[in-house]
Amino acid sequence: MQSIAGPFRELTRKRDFYAGGLMLLIGLGVALKGWSSYRLGTLMHMGPGFLPTALGVILALIGIAIAGAAASAGGPASEAGERILPDHPQWWGWFCILAGPALFILCGRYFGLIPGTFACVFVAALGDRTATLKSSLVLALIVTALGVGLFSYFLQIPMPVLTWKGGL
Amino acid sequence: MIATALTDLWYGFGVALEPHNLMWCFIGVLVGNMVGVLPGMGPLATISILLPLTFGIPPVGAVLMLAGVMYGAQYGGAICSILLNLPCHPPHAVTCLDGFPLTQQGRGGVALGITVLASFVGASWGITEMIFLSPLLVKAALEFGPAEVCSLMLLGLLAGSTLARGSPLKGVAMTVLGLILGCVGTDLELGSERYTFGLTELDDGIALVALALGLFGIAEFMNSINQVAPISTRYTKVSLRDLRPSKADLKQSIFPMLRGTMVGSLCSLIPGTGPTIASFVAYATEKRVSKTPERFGTGMLEGVACPEAATHSSVQGDFIPTMSLGIPGDAVMALLLGALMIHGIVPGPQLISQHPDIFWGLVASFWIGNVLLVLLNVPLIGIWVKMLAIPYRYLYPSALFFVCIGVYAANNDMFQVGEVIVIGAFGYLLLRLGFHPAPILLGFVLGPRFEENFRRAMLISRGDLGVFVERPISAVFVALCVGLIGMQIYFRLRGAKADLEPAAENGGVSDIAPIELTRRRAPVRPAE
Repeated sequence: MQSIAGPFRELTRKRDFYAGGLMLLIGLGVALKGWSSYRLGTLMHMGPGFLPTALGVILALIGIAIAGAAASAGGPASEAGERILPDHPQWWGWFCILAGPALFILCGRYFGLIPGTFACVFVAALGDRTATLKSSLVLALIVTALGVGLFSYFLQIPMPVLTWKGGL
Repeated sequence: MIATALTDLWYGFGVALEPHNLMWCFIGVLVGNMVGVLPGMGPLATISILLPLTFGIPPVGAVLMLAGVMYGAQYGGAICSILLNLPCHPPHAVTCLDGFPLTQQGRGGVALGITVLASFVGASWGITEMIFLSPLLVKAALEFGPAEVCSLMLLGLLAGSTLARGSPLKGVAMTVLGLILGCVGTDLELGSERYTFGLTELDDGIALVALALGLFGIAEFMNSINQVAPISTRYTKVSLRDLRPSKADLKQSIFPMLRGTMVGSLCSLIPGTGPTIASFVAYATEKRVSKTPERFGTGMLEGVACPEAATHSSVQGDFIPTMSLGIPGDAVMALLLGALMIHGIVPGPQLISQHPDIFWGLVASFWIGNVLLVLLNVPLIGIWVKMLAIPYRYLYPSALFFVCIGVYAANNDMFQVGEVIVIGAFGYLLLRLGFHPAPILLGFVLGPRFEENFRRAMLISRGDLGVFVERPISAVFVALCVGLIGMQIYFRLRGAKADLEPAAENGGVSDIAPIELTRRRAPVRPAE
C-alpha cells in the first residue's frame, strides 16, 4: 500500500494538510472581503473592516502553520486517524440528517407544523441502517403527536398547525 | 466580609426558593439528568436544545434552569460511564477506568453512590469558593479599563483554546473562526453591515442557538449515525439498596474525595482548564498518592471518587470568571453567558451589583440543585438505567425535531433553521478534519465584546498598541498569554520526538485521547 502510494495519494491522507488549507482559504476570503468591501480606518479610528481583516490574516497564518506542520512531518501516514472520511462513510445517513431540517423548513413554511415535523422525523429516521419504513413511520407519528402537543398547545409557538401555503 | 457574603447568600436562597424559580431549577436538573444519561447527548447538546425554551421565562428562572441542566447532565454522564463504560462526556472518561470494572464486579451501585456523594462534596466546595472569590474578583475587575478587559479576554480565549483537548494550533484556529463569525452582522459602532452578503436575515448576526445546535447537534448526529454500537445492559441492574456504600467504602473514599475537590478547585482557578483536565489530573494524583497504584484500573473506589469530586468542584469553580468577569472558560459557560445576553443582561463585573438576584440566586440554586440531584438520583436510578437502553435510531430523529423547532421558536424565523443546516454540515467537516468545534462558541460569544473594547482602547490610546504593555495589569495578562504560547511551543518541540511524554507520565491520560475519539462508537476497553 505504501509503496504504490504516490505523493498525491499520500497527501489525501494528510488530514492536517487539508485542515490547514481550509483555514487558509477561509482566512484569505474573509481578509480579502474585509479589505475590499469595508472601510479599514486607522488604528485610532477603526472602520468596520479592520478587525475582520486582521482576524482573516491571522486565521490564514494559522492555516499555513497547520498545513506546514503536516507537510513537514513527512512519512507515510497510514493511521486511521489521518483519513478524512470515516471507515464506513454514511452518505445516506448524512443526507437524511441534513434533509430532515430542510424538509422541516419547506413543509413547515407551506403546510404547517404537523407536516413539517412528520417529514423531518420520518426522513431523518430513515437514515439509520436498521430503520424500516414502518419503524420510521411509527416514530414520526409519535414525535409529531407529542411535539405538536408540547409546542403548539403548551408552549404556544406562533406556527400554524396545519395550513395550505400559509402566510408564514 | 464573611458577614456580607452570608447575608447575600441568605438573599440568594430567598430568590432561589421562590416557588417558580425552584420549579425551573427542578425542571432543569431533572431534564438535564435525564438527557445526560442518554448515550450520545452531552451537556452541550442538552443546553443548546433547551436554550430556546427558556426565552419565554424570566431571566433568573432561565439561568437557574440552564445551570441545572448543566450539572444535571454531568451527574447523568457519570451513570453512563460507570454502568456502560461509555464516556458520553469527556470529563467522565477517567471515571470509566475504575467505574466499569466495579460494575463488572457487581459493585456498580456502590460506585454510583460514591459518585453522588463525591459530586456533592466537590460541588459544595466549588460553591463556597464562588461565594468568597467572586466579590473579590469583581472589586479588582471594576478598576479595569478597555485595555485590561481586552488583554484579559485574549488570555481567556487563548487559554480556552490551547488548553482544551486536541492540537493547540487547531484550537486557536477555531477560536479565531468563532471571532470572525461573531463579526457577521451589523457593525457595532457605525451600523454598516458586514459579511451578510445581502441577506437581511443576517443583519443581527448569526443566531447563537443556530450556531450551538449546528455544531453540537447536527454535526454530532452526523458523526454518530450508524456508529453507535447497541448497548449491552448486562450490568445495569442496580437497586436502591446497592447504592448505599458501606462504612469501609466511605472510609476508603473520603480522602480521595477531598483531594479531588482540591485538585478541581485549583484547576478552575487557571483559566481554560475545565473539568476534563481537572479529572485527568485528579486521577493521576490519586494514583501517585495511593499505596497500591498498580490496582488502579481494576475497580478502585478511589479512582471513581477523586475524579468525580474534581469534575464537580471545577465545574462550579468555572462559574467564577464567567459570572464575575464575564469571561467564560469553556463552551458550556459561553452558552450560559450567551443565554444571559439574549435576555438582555450584559455580563461583566457589574453583573453582581446590577443583578444580584441572578448571581446570588444562582449560587443558592447550585446547592438546592445538588441536593435535588441526590434526592432524584437515589429513587430514579432504575428509570435512568432503563433509559440507557433507548436505541440511537429513535433518539437522533427526535432530537433533530427538537433542534428544528427550538431554533425556529427562538426568533420565529425559518431562516435560522437553514443556518443550522449549513453550520451543521460545516461543523461535521471540521470534526472530520480533526478540529474540536467548542472554541468556536467561545470566540463567537466574546467576539463582539472583544471588538468593542479593542476599538475603545485604541481610541483612548490614540492608536498606540503599546497601551497593552504599558498599563501594568494589562501587561501581566499579556505576559501570561506569551507564557502560554511559549509553553505550547516548548511542549511541541520537546514532545515531537518523545510523542507527548508529559501526557504519558500523568498515567492514563494518553489512554484517554483514543477513548475520546472513539467515544460512543463501541464500548471502550478499560485501559491498562
